[in-house]
Amino acid sequence: MSNTTQLLRFITAGSVDDGKSTLIGRLLHDSKSIFEDQLSAITKTSERRGGMGAVDLSLLTDGLQAEREQGITIDVAYRYFATPKRKFIIGDTPGHEQYTRNMVTAASTANLAIILIDARKGVLTQTRRHTFITSLVGVPHIVLAVNKMDMVDYSEETFDAICAEYRAFAAQLGLHEMTCIPMSALNGDMVVERGENLNWYQGSPLLELLENVVIDHDINTTDFRYPVQWVCRPQTQEYHDFRGYMGRIESGDIAAGDEITILPSGRTTKVKEIVTFDGNLQRACAPQSVTLTLTDEIDISRGDMFVKSAAMPQVSKEFEAMLCWLSESPLDLSRKYIIKHTTRVVKCLFARLEYRVDVNTLEQHSSATLNMNDIARVAMKVQQPLVFDSYITNRFTGSFIVIDEATNNTVAAGMIIIG
Amino acid sequence: MSNQPFTHLDVLESESIHIMREVAAECKNPALLFSGGKDSIVMLRLAEKAFRPARFPFPLVHIDTEHNFPEVIACRDKLASDLGERLIVRSLDDSIKKGTIVLKNADQGRNAFQSVTLLETIAEFGFDACIGGARRDEEKARAKERIFSFRDEFGQWDPKNQRPELWDTYNTRVHAGENIRVFPISNWTEMDIWEYIAREKLYIPDIYYAHEREVIRRDNGILPVSHLVQPRSGEKVEKMMVRFRTVGDMTCTCPVESHARNAQEIIEETAITRITERGATRMDDQTSEASMELRKKEGYF
Repeated sequence: MSNTTQLLRFITAGSVDDGKSTLIGRLLHDSKSIFEDQLSAITKTSERRGGMGAVDLSLLTDGLQAEREQGITIDVAYRYFATPKRKFIIGDTPGHEQYTRNMVTAASTANLAIILIDARKGVLTQTRRHTFITSLVGVPHIVLAVNKMDMVDYSEETFDAICAEYRAFAAQLGLHEMTCIPMSALNGDMVVERGENLNWYQGSPLLELLENVVIDHDINTTDFRYPVQWVCRPQTQEYHDFRGYMGRIESGDIAAGDEITILPSGRTTKVKEIVTFDGNLQRACAPQSVTLTLTDEIDISRGDMFVKSAAMPQVSKEFEAMLCWLSESPLDLSRKYIIKHTTRVVKCLFARLEYRVDVNTLEQHSSATLNMNDIARVAMKVQQPLVFDSYITNRFTGSFIVIDEATNNTVAAGMIIIG
Repeated sequence: MSNQPFTHLDVLESESIHIMREVAAECKNPALLFSGGKDSIVMLRLAEKAFRPARFPFPLVHIDTEHNFPEVIACRDKLASDLGERLIVRSLDDSIKKGTIVLKNADQGRNAFQSVTLLETIAEFGFDACIGGARRDEEKARAKERIFSFRDEFGQWDPKNQRPELWDTYNTRVHAGENIRVFPISNWTEMDIWEYIAREKLYIPDIYYAHEREVIRRDNGILPVSHLVQPRSGEKVEKMMVRFRTVGDMTCTCPVESHARNAQEIIEETAITRITERGATRMDDQTSEASMELRKKEGYF
């Protein structure tokens, strides 16, 4: 690793049958990220299960005892590997229909999604579902991995036909930028190495693409948004009058001397210093965690947001959002819930259920409630105003979670829509 | 405007600071678990970055197995005192005296029993959140754990019923008697830790660096000779250049052969090693493929 290694988070969507675990195993194995003791453990398991000689790379991503017994992946697991260019975090999610919520969870932090297709089967219902969720959660980059090319004689025509069908479907969702790669995870073609079987393919193998995709603009770089996390008042001799506002810059940048607006109050002031443990900075930008001091004494607390931009966020007690229901207990429209949005926690209620989306057909249906894995458009009311942007323009200030006050469980994930 | 590129360490550091500040802001009575090992020393630096110039908004807590390497305990005490932060130490020996831990024999490994003393300490001080230095790359069960990991009144982790964790919006809410374990360096790897130690020039116990040590070979591993581990008949004491990749219970923590004398040389060794951190060094994790998962279900952090 060098001093310029970047971090890329990606997810893989597909079912066990598409060879998803084998693909991840292949990436880890061929990039030399598998350790001998891990390999020896899965070799033992492969043998015990009656595997025929070849080590089952998919076993590398099996995590918990319960899963090993059932032979399925039941939750999001995170894997790590690195090349000299980048460090990677894989959010590994199962492909079963009932686990839409797991994919939403893993996708929420991803820069890139790999949508896996079995070349023999082409674009399936689950492909559409995975792509819809990817677009809903706003994953910035999409790779269509057409796997099992070895089973279709590495046919370029088959690959082209699948890509054309997929691109036509994705365009309906407004997705136009994507890369399609033919591969055989089993044989290692076009995953890390090019292999010998897909010479007609002009693009990069998967790993090369993961190493080079430009992610600098995945975060909104224009609109400064700074939710106050914690007010720092040391009250020591040395720092008697120090009052710093700690937080993470969620988007945009800030310099000492810049004028900022504090929301929801709307008061304006100037940034005096950008304080860090390693010394004061002249300028800072997302995703840095810093401490800001201000030129004026203003009453500010956690949950307030500092902003500086031509495009101001909305300040409102009402908004609409796309919601993914995550809980086994259905939505109860008569109850109040809690929303956590940036660093603000407020009570909320569901004013209207506009429609539910069938994730397989993308059709809209009216609905009286929401069950686990349902995705719907809703209108919400909150007790105190929130300071937000639309999710499309800002993933951090446009997202929220819903918490059930009785159980304290996280029951829904929301993405705010403006207009 | 031009954004300078941030490295993976910058991004991980900022994420960890953000997590620690969320704990400080939303939990009523948090604690930072601190052992004097390398991961928890990284956690201390992250806490400094999160909260200075103020003091930490939580005490440091160590659950001492009394099987620790003396160099690690010395480092623990030095760092806590240099930082001027409050250190609470609770010992497994106290639980043994009370009878809440019953050992089969006096010298057996104690890692599995830390859960008991930890839960007693949580009850004694009423902590609602314990910040720990565990990483997801360490072990299969950890790979599936949330950054904010909810525990019931028995300290139990239920892997099939975890709270979904989306974006960086963390649900910190608990009822009285329940507890959250928080892992700010979940997304760091062993390599990231060493790169950070090198970058920040962190002081760590010198047994992490190569040194000559008396060892014996037992059960496919190398064990350090100490007052707790003595050669059995037929076992030969050898002198070897070794370093520790982890520093846990002396009865089951194995060193690796090494000549790496500083963090940079360890980074070079880590880049080419073919054995995982725990696979190389923890005999207690090898007893069953699921041993960490079982310990966590019982309240282990």
